[in-house]
Amino acid sequence: MPKRETVALGIGAIVVAVVLPLCNMLPAGSPLAISNFTLNLFGKFLTYAILALGLDLLWGYAGVLSLGHGVFFGLGAYAMGMHLMLEIGSKSVYQSSLPDFMVWNQVTVLPLFWRPFHSTAFTLAAIVLVPALFGFAFGYLAFRSRIRGVYFSIITQALALSAWLVFNRNEMNLGGTNGLADFKTVFGFPLHQPSTQRGLYVVTALTLIGAYLLCRWITLTRAGKVLVAIRDSETRVLFSGYSPAAYKLFVFVVSAALAGAAGALYAPQVGIITPAKIGVLPSIEMIVWVAAGGRGTLYGAVLGAFGVNWIQSWLTTSYPDLWLLFLGGLFMSAVLFFPDGVVGAIGRLGGRVRRLVSRRSDRAVSTPSVSLGRPMP
Amino acid sequence: MTPPPPADQPTRAASIIYLEDVTVNYDGFKALSRLNFFMDRRELRVVIGPNGAGKTTLLDVVSGRVKPESGRVIFGHNTDLLPLRENEIAQLGVGRKFQTPSVFVNLTVWDNVELSLRRASKGVFAALRQRDAREERDRILRTLETVKLADRADGKAGALSHGEKQWLEIGMVIAQDPELLLVDEPVAGMTDEETERTGALLESIAADRSVLVIEHDMEFVRQIARQVTVLHQGAVLCEGPVEQVQSDPRVLEVYLGRRREEADAVH
Repeated sequence: MPKRETVALGIGAIVVAVVLPLCNMLPAGSPLAISNFTLNLFGKFLTYAILALGLDLLWGYAGVLSLGHGVFFGLGAYAMGMHLMLEIGSKSVYQSSLPDFMVWNQVTVLPLFWRPFHSTAFTLAAIVLVPALFGFAFGYLAFRSRIRGVYFSIITQALALSAWLVFNRNEMNLGGTNGLADFKTVFGFPLHQPSTQRGLYVVTALTLIGAYLLCRWITLTRAGKVLVAIRDSETRVLFSGYSPAAYKLFVFVVSAALAGAAGALYAPQVGIITPAKIGVLPSIEMIVWVAAGGRGTLYGAVLGAFGVNWIQSWLTTSYPDLWLLFLGGLFMSAVLFFPDGVVGAIGRLGGRVRRLVSRRSDRAVSTPSVSLGRPMP
Repeated sequence: MTPPPPADQPTRAASIIYLEDVTVNYDGFKALSRLNFFMDRRELRVVIGPNGAGKTTLLDVVSGRVKPESGRVIFGHNTDLLPLRENEIAQLGVGRKFQTPSVFVNLTVWDNVELSLRRASKGVFAALRQRDAREERDRILRTLETVKLADRADGKAGALSHGEKQWLEIGMVIAQDPELLLVDEPVAGMTDEETERTGALLESIAADRSVLVIEHDMEFVRQIARQVTVLHQGAVLCEGPVEQVQSDPRVLEVYLGRRREEADAVH
């Protein structure tokens, strides 16, 4: 990767993970202060960015379009949410050791699958492993059967729809349409305190940085090149001795695990997780983030997730009617006018400016063309 | 990979690929009909035949893309190819060059060859472990020099011309270090000069490997062929040196019975 980009990303990481939380600690009146509300909002965007990274690895590199990543996000969020529900204990409205919605649904004993979520260690493992294992099972069946392209996308969309239907059912003992909410503490820290929220924000930012480094490392190895090769010509990859199914399964599982981690960080910061985050529409919105930011760059996905959601939160408060129009328009213009996203459009604009400048300097002195070094194998 | 089941009948010790009674059925159309075919090690064989004779299906069967309805396919001494998948067959040492160039257009020419190199494992976790072996770089460079693309190593493969892409793909298949190379119409769409260079390239490859070429262009066949096999309706019509095959009345009839220009092409 070019050095300039590494420096820019390093500065961005320091701003997001260190400077913003410090600004949040300033007294409210000072000019650089960031409100608790804003920091919390950014924390939510950062969880989306973690998910977008995995989605970009899957779609931007391997060319596999998943329209069902809301499911993996939801699995992570629900796993975390179940632990948070159990943490409430008898401080709930009905003062039962059971979550309120169970009392309401006349459930008298904690369902068996809820019990391990009392354990913090189990929960921390589950938020990544449950979506990863589910992704493995789903991906194994789909990729082994050589379902690819638009057929794979359609099946993932069906997955999002069916998961949404399942999570909506009260019989699932997951809170039905209302989902899981009214969390009080996270691992013992009260959620209403700004310091807890700031801590969650920092953990989210560090997770995002870790996720970025993981994804970047994968793209720089030979496995990363195989992913791009699969996008270019899956048949050639197969006849070169690689199993494209194994590589696609690997990257699908990585993206599912990242989506799960993102969901788990989302639940305590937003304070609620409902089936509405799982369905078809949120899954498509996730694709829009990556498409708008720019595919196949990783940082484009982060910028897209952050940017689109920032605009969403601004539009939905100031011009609520415009949001869906904007989202649709954004997706269409991403397809029609800037297929490589904002990052690509800026790159092309920069290239045009550079050419213009160099043409002008060419007239003065003819500059030798810069040769690119051979990439290290 | 499970060890191949021992072939219940002895095969020719010298053969690199051996097909016996192979039938491929596409919804009632027999692309191959009880085909018997074998090739010696280090042989350069050209397979010709009218459209629909089963030439590409033959390559599909050997490379694992199509599984025959019946018959045996034995690679080398006694490796049964039928239960294996395409990538497993490739790892055993069967390389395939497709008719239309299929290279990785978003990767550099260098990376295209690097990915193709023969390796003990091409699994995900082996590919995540980075090794910058000098020996590997030498092999890549040698391959690029063989196909005369060393000066294009850093450019994207998508920027190559049609003929250069064909060579790159041949280079990628060479990098796999296969014992048997399957080449499907390598000179389609090439200029005369490119065709001649491709012929010389295939002949040099055949010096220490077995090469099976499918071709339509009779002039090119005359340039490279020693042994020619003529397929017709999914079975071998005749086999022999190129001059003998060209004057075989059955071959003439097959081509004349089809289309005039193909008949002209034979002469």
